[in-house]
Order: sequence, then structure tokens, then C-alpha cells
Amino acid sequence: MFAHEFMRNALIAGSFVGLACGLVGYFVVLRAQVFAGDALSHVAFTGALGAAVLGLDTRTGLFVATITGGIILGLLGERARADDVVIGSLFAWTLGLGVLFLSIFTTKSSAGNGTAGVRVLFGSIFGLSGTDVRISVALAIVASILLLAIARPLLFASLDAAVAVAQGVPVAALGIGFLAIVGLVAAQASQAVGALLLLGLLAAPAGAAHRLTKNPFQGIALSAVFAVGSVWIGLTLSYEFPTLPPSSMIIAAAVGIFVLAFASVRLRWSWTRRGRPAF
Amino acid sequence: MAIVTRMRMLEAAIFQGLSWNPVTDVRALLSFPFMVNALEAGTIVAVMAGVTGWFMVLRRQTFAGHTLSVVAFTGAAAAGFAGVPVALGYFSVCGLGALALAAFGGSQRSLSVESAATGSLQALALALGFVFVSLYHGVLNGLDSLLFGTFLGITSRQVTVLLAVATLAILFIAAVGRPLFFASVDADVARAGGVPVALLGVSFLLVLGLSVAETSQITGALLVFALLVTPAATAHQLTARPALGIALSVTIAVVVTWLGLALAYFSIYPVGFYVTSLSFALYVFVRVGRALGDRRRRNVLVPEPA
Repeated sequence: MFAHEFMRNALIAGSFVGLACGLVGYFVVLRAQVFAGDALSHVAFTGALGAAVLGLDTRTGLFVATITGGIILGLLGERARADDVVIGSLFAWTLGLGVLFLSIFTTKSSAGNGTAGVRVLFGSIFGLSGTDVRISVALAIVASILLLAIARPLLFASLDAAVAVAQGVPVAALGIGFLAIVGLVAAQASQAVGALLLLGLLAAPAGAAHRLTKNPFQGIALSAVFAVGSVWIGLTLSYEFPTLPPSSMIIAAAVGIFVLAFASVRLRWSWTRRGRPAF
Repeated sequence: MAIVTRMRMLEAAIFQGLSWNPVTDVRALLSFPFMVNALEAGTIVAVMAGVTGWFMVLRRQTFAGHTLSVVAFTGAAAAGFAGVPVALGYFSVCGLGALALAAFGGSQRSLSVESAATGSLQALALALGFVFVSLYHGVLNGLDSLLFGTFLGITSRQVTVLLAVATLAILFIAAVGRPLFFASVDADVARAGGVPVALLGVSFLLVLGLSVAETSQITGALLVFALLVTPAATAHQLTARPALGIALSVTIAVVVTWLGLALAYFSIYPVGFYVTSLSFALYVFVRVGRALGDRRRRNVLVPEPA
């Protein structure tokens, strides 16, 4: 399995994508912003296709779109207490734009590019080149360092915003900065697992970690381990059974871990019968 | 998909552009049976999405609605793979998805873990859908229309099925409308008043699943939101009164669908783009108008008459 270069590339890039998604995902779930992550994944789709239509580099479009999207969501959240409805309306329209770009792109370019939309939506982790891997590793490290740098105040702000404000923590700025990091990670992950599936890598490992422990730093570590683990399991499965697409297998592994975490907590609870599960 | 390509060619051959004479244009629009079917189906879907969307926005279940719409894609892909009618796939898998969401929502009180569960379900559904599509190599071209919808090639049989399901769902909502509204606005008081809140919640999710399944057949799984959320959100901005709000939501959804279909007919761009852009533009217009109105009211020093 390790003899193939595409497989090595996929494993290296996938591990770092998983690491970044796991770390960021923990906070996304903690702050109940999974829906914002969902919206950003759709922004990624529109950004990549928009860049393709304009003849720009797809990767640039992806990053510009998701980071801008994250900042806009953050600003909306600060000003108007953006709720699901605002986010939903905004991203329905973003997707509509994406569809327009897709149709322009497929009618403009000749046959052979008909699957461009599919690639953006569902990823192409086995098609990564050496340069792609280096960029993706570098970005994952940048995102992880940025996140760990603000982890403590962000945790404080997420758990009790009012007290954090009183203590002089810049809660609003942290929220916007955090969503910008989520945007960065979303763009990076959508190259590996696709714009539509990155939500699974953000939500499922982190959800499992939240279910298993209440200690935040244990939880962050656990979430990262689960995310990297599901990338490995998914890639191995897809290598063994070539008809199964790698991105789907990664997500299936992540959701499998999530379900196991749920089941184990439920079992422990019914054995001890001491009351409801911790959360 | 061959049918769709042929229809595209047919459309290109007969396409004459907008004459700017409304009567001629409407007649041109209605001269093709597939366009009449599309308009009928679009109207049915818009009415249903307007009604259920209004309750969905009231109950703050947009994330659940979006997850169900993604589940719809899986249903269609699975049906294509198994060789059963696509509508069957849409309806059965959306129903299952609604039950799964209800199970998670019922057992969990924590918002963050519940949203993680919803997100995981959504990603799993997409992943499965993509597996079906890759296993069944033939529909890769159709993937775009599963995700983004098509208004070409809707049969009159499909219209009949849509109408039957929509009638059932709207009758159900009409029957439980009052208690459902009560339970959505204040669950605790409703429970104390003897309203079966949990049962209503589950059955509403099922109806939501049905209307998502209907809507995806026209707008595609990814653009369901354009008809389900945005018109309803606009209506909620304009009025808090339930009956008026539902009527507004339905009207907006229907008008946006008609305009979107007509614009898509007279141009080369997809219907999903027009429907999402029109409804979003209206939403932004109403929000901005309200914000300006609020500011003007605040600047007037004389208190408003009660």
C-alpha cells in the first residue's frame, strides 16, 4: 500500500487535514456552529468554481472564498446575532451562484471537464501531487498553530461569553478569527474530501470526543486522534476496495467512530444506572 | 439522462428568445408539454415548501431541514442504483432520515452534541450517496441534476404523485396547525396544557422530510433551501401573524418558482440559480427595508400610538 506514491501523498495530506479538522472541529461543536461549518463548505464549492470560470487558480478561489465567508459569518454573528435562518438564506444563494458557475464552466469548456463539479464536491485525495501535499501540510500546520494560540481564551469565550467579556477577553474578535480559521481548514479539507463531505470530518470526530470526555484538552486531543484515525481507516478501505470512493470511506469511518462513542456511553450508563449520561 | 440532453437540443432548436410581448412569451412558454408539467410541479412544490418552511423557520429547524435535503440526494442515488423509481427513493429515505433526526433530537438535550449528530448524519448521507453514484457509473452525468435539479423531463405521472403527497401533507398540517404552532412557540406551556409535544415534533419532521423529498425533485437536493427557508424567512420578517405569514410564504415561494422557471426557459442558465437569487434578493430587500424603517421610527421623538 505504501509502495504507491499517490497513496503516500494521500496519507500524508489526509493526516494533516484530519489533524486540522479534528482540532477546529472540537470548537465548532463546542460553540454549536456546525451549521456555520456546513455553510462554509458550500461557500468552498462556489469559490472553487467561480475561480475556474474566471480562469484563476481553483485553490486561490477556494481559500479566498471560505476565509471571506468565515469572516462574513463572524461579523453577522456579532452584529445581528446571526441565526440559522440568516445563514441558511445566505448559503442557499451561494449555492445558487455555484450552480451558475458550474453551468458556465461546463458549457464554456470542452468535454472532459464535465466532472469538474463532482471533483470539487466530493474531493480527489488520490489525485494530489507532491506540491499539493506540501501546501496542504503547511496550511494545516499554520491553522493548527493559530488555533492552539487562541485556544485558551477561545475556550473561555465559548463556555461563558458574558464573564469572558467582563474579564477583558476580546470575545467578538475571537469569534471572527475563529471562523476565519474554520474557513482556512474548510478550504484545505475540501481539496481532500470535497466540499460536501468536510462537514463530516469537522462534526463527527469532535462530536464523539465531546460525548466521551468533558475535559477540554483531553477532548481536543481525542478529536484530533479520531479525525486522523478515520482518514487512515477510510484510505485503507478505499485502497482495499477500489470501487469505493476514498472521501466517502473517510466519512463513513468518522461517523462509525461517532456512533461507537454514543453506544459506549449509553452502555456504560445502563450498567451503572446512576442517572442520565453526562450530556 | 439521454432524455434531458435531447430536450436541451430541442429547446435550443426552437428557442426564439424573449419577444418582450408578455402574451406571446407566456404562450411560447406554455406551448411545450414539458414546460406545463414543470410549472404544475413547481407550483405544487412551492405551495408545500411555503407551508412547511414557515413552521420549520418558526421551530428553528433549518439545519434539520438541510440535512433532510442532503438525505434526499442519497435516496435518489440509491434508487438509481437499485433500479427502483427515483420518487420512491426520495420519499422512503427522507422518511427514514426524519425518524433518525427525531431519535437523536429526542434523546439529547445538549445543543452542541445534537448539532454534531445532525452534521454527522448529513455527511454520512452524502458519503453513502456518493458511493451509490460511483458504483452505478451511468448516473455521473445525472449527478448534477440530482444535486442541482432539473425542470426538464418532468412527466405528468410525477405531477400526480407530487400532488397526492402535497395534499396529504397540507391536510395534515391544517389538522394539527394550531397545536403545532402552540408547541413550537412555547413547548413547556403546551406540554402542561396537554399537547402531545414530542409526538407533534416527530410527525412534523416526517412532513418536513416529505416536502423536502418533493422539493428536491425540482430544485435538486442542494437547492431545496431556496424554496424552504428563504420565502419563509422573508414572511417571518414581514409579519408575526401565523395565517398571514403562511399565506405570504406560499405566495413568495410560488412567484419565485414561476419567475425562476420562466427565466430559465428564456436563457441558458440553470433554474436553481434563478430561484435562489430571486428569493434571496427579496429576503435582503425586506431585511434592509425593515432595518431602515426601524431606524426612522427610532429617530421620531413622538411615541407611536399604541
